[in-house]
Amino acid sequence: MTLADRARAPGHIEAPESTDVADLGVARPLRADVWRRFKRNRLAMVGLGFIVLLTVVAIFAPWIAPYSITERASGEFRDGPSADHWFGTDAIGRDVFSRVVFGARVSLRIGFLATLIALVVGVTLGATAGFFGGGTDSLIMRLTDVFLAIPYIILAVSIATVVGRSENSIILILGLTGWLFVTRIVRASFLGLRRLEYVEAATALGFSRPRIMFRHVLPNALQPIIVYGTIAIGAVILSEAALSFVGVGPQEPTPAWGRMVADAGGGSLASAPHMLFFPAMAIVLTVLAFILVGDGLRDSLDPKLK
Amino acid sequence: MTSYIIRRLLQIIPTVFVALSFLFFIFFALPGDPASLIAGGAERTIDPGVMERINARYGLGNSIWAQFGDYWQRTIRWDLGESFLNRRSVNEILGERAVASIRLAIWAVIIEVIVGLCVGLLSAIRRYSWSDKLTTIVTAVASAIPVFVLGFILQWAFAVKPNQWDWPEWARLRTSGIGPNSWTLFFIPTGEQWRYLILPAITLASVTTALLARMTRGSMLEVLRADYMRTARAKGLRERDVVVRHGLRNAMLPVVTLIGLDFGTAIGSAVLTETTFSWPGLGSQIVASVNDRDLPVLLGLTLAVVLAYAFVNLIVDISYAWFDPRIRLGKGEHA
Repeated sequence: MTLADRARAPGHIEAPESTDVADLGVARPLRADVWRRFKRNRLAMVGLGFIVLLTVVAIFAPWIAPYSITERASGEFRDGPSADHWFGTDAIGRDVFSRVVFGARVSLRIGFLATLIALVVGVTLGATAGFFGGGTDSLIMRLTDVFLAIPYIILAVSIATVVGRSENSIILILGLTGWLFVTRIVRASFLGLRRLEYVEAATALGFSRPRIMFRHVLPNALQPIIVYGTIAIGAVILSEAALSFVGVGPQEPTPAWGRMVADAGGGSLASAPHMLFFPAMAIVLTVLAFILVGDGLRDSLDPKLK
Repeated sequence: MTSYIIRRLLQIIPTVFVALSFLFFIFFALPGDPASLIAGGAERTIDPGVMERINARYGLGNSIWAQFGDYWQRTIRWDLGESFLNRRSVNEILGERAVASIRLAIWAVIIEVIVGLCVGLLSAIRRYSWSDKLTTIVTAVASAIPVFVLGFILQWAFAVKPNQWDWPEWARLRTSGIGPNSWTLFFIPTGEQWRYLILPAITLASVTTALLARMTRGSMLEVLRADYMRTARAKGLRERDVVVRHGLRNAMLPVVTLIGLDFGTAIGSAVLTETTFSWPGLGSQIVASVNDRDLPVLLGLTLAVVLAYAFVNLIVDISYAWFDPRIRLGKGEHA
């Protein structure tokens, strides 16, 4: 068991914060401390509560939703909220409540998986660039510059048109366009960390470079990654809605919230505002929840910032 | 300074080249044959002779590398070709669409700067007051709401409902299209034009305004604690001069960075806003071209957007020096 492993094990007591280590920003707070500080942030707790609730709804969707996502109530098109249809019905008579409930599955799956892909790609590239420096670094940074030069939405829409419009391709697109900022953040951390003594010590002990990068340096660069990753889940859900709106999102009958909102525009706006309101609220609350939790994490992971 | 600008301009070239080449190859992998589109639609049966002539005329039958070389040879001379869909020249479409986008963008920027700076400034000065808390909530919601949802809500509240409720004519706004397209001094709407302009301008400004307000607040809070602010007060300056001349100017540096980075976000918002309001700008045309597989229009307009993006970032970097005279650009080269 290496030092880095032990440091990551829950409940392990960190080395006492000597001033010079703290100044270098490498001292990691205890998990219990982080949680204690996080709990005090009321907004962040509300956000966390909402995410937990949403996850429960997503898991138990078939038991919560009174109808299926394709079932049509005959003759009840664009009906407002009622006892039978809590959120009303859509343009072809489907129950909006059931579709919003099942939509939680779609949004959370896209949000988590796309962010995971972005983090894996971004951390790998950023760590490589920051750790090795020199030519590798310039190459990877030029690559991110190129992708940053194409406005995000044009890039995403273009790739979406090629790889198709299923849920999986949206995950892939949002993941593969989301790594740019992760790469920059991780690289910046690694540039600072790679010169520290413990890296030198690990090198002297003969550990391989990937091992030093991912087991020794990465744990010390995790804070900004965790914060960015949390907020990114919300951002991905927003992007999915945007892609759905311009017509390259998951196709019918997938109950994507963005798709449902897009369908509520135009003619439906005057007669059936509930078609817009409920899925839009679902998007806004979910994105907000992830932003609040991300902000809360940032404050509690690094109390020096506040 | 000059050498710095030249160096940055030269850096733009490879970036734009690789970015556009990437898009070119992506669209080459597209399902759907542009030749059949030109001949009148993918679903129709087309005379093979017609197809052959189209392939010859547009060089679509050549190998992908030949077309790629051809594309760049023409692009360097700013010959952007003509639309597959209706054979209009891409330059003509670009000119027309860019003007509409720029007009909308000017108003969005005016709203962003006025509202964002004022709200952020007030919020920082009156920290923890009810207006500060309200600002925090509103800016958080504004960054969580999809642009097109905000557009729909505004359409509903200011155009759809007023019509249903028979509000007086002056209180009704319009939901879609550019309207009479009447302007004076390039960007000032005349006649009925403002009814068509105001909702998309607010929608386009929303996300960046929220970011700007939050950034100004944070940056201002840092600055308000600085020693030179105390000095400025101690020497008896009016509070307004202290805040604006000493505070705001110093707080601007990180804010300017944000405005530059946000240009990408703003382009995303523009695509969504223009599509929501059927505003005939670059963004809505790009989306339409993607769906139509109209490669020349798509690549031409994207080239323009990518170049604009690169130049905005350059201008942002240069403006650092103006806001913070301690920064001397291009110094590294001479050192």
